Amino acid sequence: MSVTIPLPHDAARMHVTGTARYVDDIPTPAGSLHLAFGLSPIARGRITGLDLDAVRAAPGVVAVMTAKDLPFANDVSPSAHDEPLLAEDEVFYAGQPVFLVVATSHLAARKAARLGDMRFEDLPAILTIEQALAADSRFEDGPRVYGRGDVGPAIAAAPRQVEGEFELGGQEHFYLEGQVALALPQEGGDMVVHSSTQHPTEIQHKVAEALGVPMHGVRVEIRRMGGGFGGKESQGNALAVACAVAARATGRTCKMRYDRDDDMTITGKRHAFRIAYRAGFEDDGRLIGVDFTHYAICGWAMDLSLPVADRAMLHADNAYYLPTVRIESHRLKTNTQSATAYRGFGGPQGMVGIERVMDHIAHDLGLDPVLVRQRNYYAAPVGGGAAPRPSASPRGISNKKEAGRVTPYGMEVEDFELQGMTNALMESSGYAARRAAIAAWNADNAVIKKGIAFSPVKFGISFTLTHLNQAGALVHVYQDGSVHLNHGGTEMGQGLFQKVAQVAADRFGIGLEAVKITATDTGKVPNTSATAASSGSDLNGMAVKAACDTIRDRMAAFLAERAQADVSDVRFADGRVFVGADEMSFAEAAAAAYQGRISLSATGFYKTPKVAWDRIKGEGRPFFYFAYGCAVTEVAIDTRTGENRILRADLLHDAGASLNPALDIGQVEGAYVQGAGWLTTEELVWDDAGRLRTHAPSTYKIPACSDRPDVFNVGLWGAVNREDTIYRSKAVGEPPFMLGISAWLALSDAVAACGTAYPAMDAPATAEEVWRAVRRVRDGV
Amino acid sequence: MSKIHVTTKINGDTVEFLCDPRETVLDVLRDRLGLTGAKEGCGTGDCGACSVTLDGRLVCSCLVLGAEADGKEIGTVEGIAQGEDLHPLQEKFIEYAALQCGICTPGILVAAKSLLEKNPDPTEEQVRYWLAGNLCRCTGYDKIIRAVMDTAADLREAS
Ligand code: FES
Ligand code: FES
Repeated sequence: MSVTIPLPHDAARMHVTGTARYVDDIPTPAGSLHLAFGLSPIARGRITGLDLDAVRAAPGVVAVMTAKDLPFANDVSPSAHDEPLLAEDEVFYAGQPVFLVVATSHLAARKAARLGDMRFEDLPAILTIEQALAADSRFEDGPRVYGRGDVGPAIAAAPRQVEGEFELGGQEHFYLEGQVALALPQEGGDMVVHSSTQHPTEIQHKVAEALGVPMHGVRVEIRRMGGGFGGKESQGNALAVACAVAARATGRTCKMRYDRDDDMTITGKRHAFRIAYRAGFEDDGRLIGVDFTHYAICGWAMDLSLPVADRAMLHADNAYYLPTVRIESHRLKTNTQSATAYRGFGGPQGMVGIERVMDHIAHDLGLDPVLVRQRNYYAAPVGGGAAPRPSASPRGISNKKEAGRVTPYGMEVEDFELQGMTNALMESSGYAARRAAIAAWNADNAVIKKGIAFSPVKFGISFTLTHLNQAGALVHVYQDGSVHLNHGGTEMGQGLFQKVAQVAADRFGIGLEAVKITATDTGKVPNTSATAASSGSDLNGMAVKAACDTIRDRMAAFLAERAQADVSDVRFADGRVFVGADEMSFAEAAAAAYQGRISLSATGFYKTPKVAWDRIKGEGRPFFYFAYGCAVTEVAIDTRTGENRILRADLLHDAGASLNPALDIGQVEGAYVQGAGWLTTEELVWDDAGRLRTHAPSTYKIPACSDRPDVFNVGLWGAVNREDTIYRSKAVGEPPFMLGISAWLALSDAVAACGTAYPAMDAPATAEEVWRAVRRVRDGV
Repeated sequence: MSKIHVTTKINGDTVEFLCDPRETVLDVLRDRLGLTGAKEGCGTGDCGACSVTLDGRLVCSCLVLGAEADGKEIGTVEGIAQGEDLHPLQEKFIEYAALQCGICTPGILVAAKSLLEKNPDPTEEQVRYWLAGNLCRCTGYDKIIRAVMDTAADLREAS
């Protein structure tokens, strides 16, 4: 068995010796050229003059291109064809590429790009939610609304109500490897592109459009990224297209990488939201109705904003049964970077909304927030696993959806794990005793206050755009028994390649060393979906399994016939093949099959079953299953400065029957820290002219080693996936990101210890925001 | 622009190169010498991905000019292993799965090695603050710290 083993990352040895090759490390032919964009300095205006003579005259410059010089499509949008590679008549955000410099070195290109003389007629820029609403500047014709029941009267008639509104900032991906692409011109006008991308097929598609060739004229390859997090789902298009167009024009290899400041200035980030809520509930904390309004700041182009905002709505329930609910979602078009995919894809924003409501209800009632959450959980599944909640009906009504299990969009939650997980985490984290100790500490200490909070996660797994839930694989067995493995998924550090290789090794009963992991390549597996939505191992693992099984079955049939044995007596294990009483090495079996003229190459294909979703009505089954998790975080704040620390974090996460616990625990830890960073230190600041002022690590603070919690306990919940996924594992890329919400809630809990008012904090809870909240709660200012 | 002739030692070998006065040690390593282990994460001294040692001192190679390396010794990630034999830190990083995308790993290993050379018995807090200038967006740092602490303990035992 090679699955379920905690093996290291497939490239770990190359990583630690510095020999793992990223796109910028690929040796390029002599005479290769380097690219940089000239950027719009203003947020919105009409271009009235573009004098690029100084750029052309700068040392090392080989060519300068504007929109007029592009031979075919001027578009790098993944969705609505509304995103030109180079601005045409107008600019729509500060940082938008206006012209392209091609030069002999990276530095020469960047320096020359600063010399452009651009003149504009300023137009009013839309930078805030208020401005966007006033101008009715939005994607889609109006807000989307999903819901169930008549929420207004339900809230009005409830014994108690809370309401509020808060800001939820965006987030820079800060993949440590910036965006980068490399294009190598081939014979006959073909193009090979190396791109640091989560979506090679999209790169192929956009490059083909830009070069005016069919997709078969473009091959895209990516072996590994230095981090992606959603930021390389669509944001690499511009670099790849620019390189391809410049390579076509010059006949030379072209490379482009964004310097960090350019990367942060040009590319899209997580969507910032404002969330307004109103909730009505019982005296024991059980919700009767909740009404959310989401205002999503989408930036200047559509990109993936519609599915992101949809997913926020689909996670407005998180882990809770909402008897009546209404979610109204505004997708606002603003003159800022085009917000894009980021780990969780809107889910985190939706989830923060309902977690805020739970926290507010608990504060209002003076109840332990964990209790309020448990009272509102979805009912435990019929006949399974977690302890049923008291109100759950007995089994026997299996054909009828039971109310306490149905999401606002009409999908039944059949696999709820959180009752059991919450109890286990309460126990292992010593929550109750620590909560009491913290209360005692806070009673005795006026300056340093502590807080503790729990938050759960229920995250839906599948692309909500149903047709994306498909994957392909290509597997060859060579006559020496070694295996070449390829699939459509991309490696960005998450360990996908290793997990899938473990699947392949297991199907053939061979060691991992016999399996060669190869770069994702549009020439091997076509028409792939982005490696996104946490779906990488679910989809590609299944596709690889199918391909391996095809070859294995062919080999088995041949060997059985040769030995006059029954095919069911052929077994593959421990690098050997057993045929009845006979046995041989896998290599001997492969050689024999080759000589017997058996095809040892196969493709595999998989499509996720059961999913069907109507995004306009907001009804159906958008997800194959849910992944769960829960966290307890303890923090301390300095009430004089707002400075704060995470003291301890306890995480329990559901990865199903984990394909590789070492990699999965790594995902959980990294995701938690990234999620906590989003809600605490990572603040994006635009000035009044719409310029991003936090465009480098000197001004944008992601968590550092020194911020790691002093005590950090991470465990996996052992339950198997109830759905038939690859070896019953669960997707793990995104769900644990939202465990970081507990850090934000813990800060709120610490602030609440300063007085009686509800802290009503915005996110991120930077030191400044904590300080302001302390003053609100303590001094009423 | 005239180029500057520089003679240095890199990972023990004498190396000569010509560079532009504005080029950084990072540019020289990556673009002129084919040593791509050190990475550029920011170019402004804030991320540590480009960490190397200069005469034994830990520096951000993106902040040092190539010309400044003249007569000095540079240590990079490529020099940490002895041939096929990994350094104990490298082994522990693999064992602890202290990396994901791996692009921060070279800088972190160079920094951690320089810490252990100065201080073979660091506290966890000292490790955390020593590595605070090496950003990692993937791992959340826990396994990195454990790997460094455990290597330090092993090395102490062995010496
Ligand atoms: S690249 Fe040198 S510190 Fe970031
Ligand atoms: S492993 Fe990706 S940045 Fe550290």
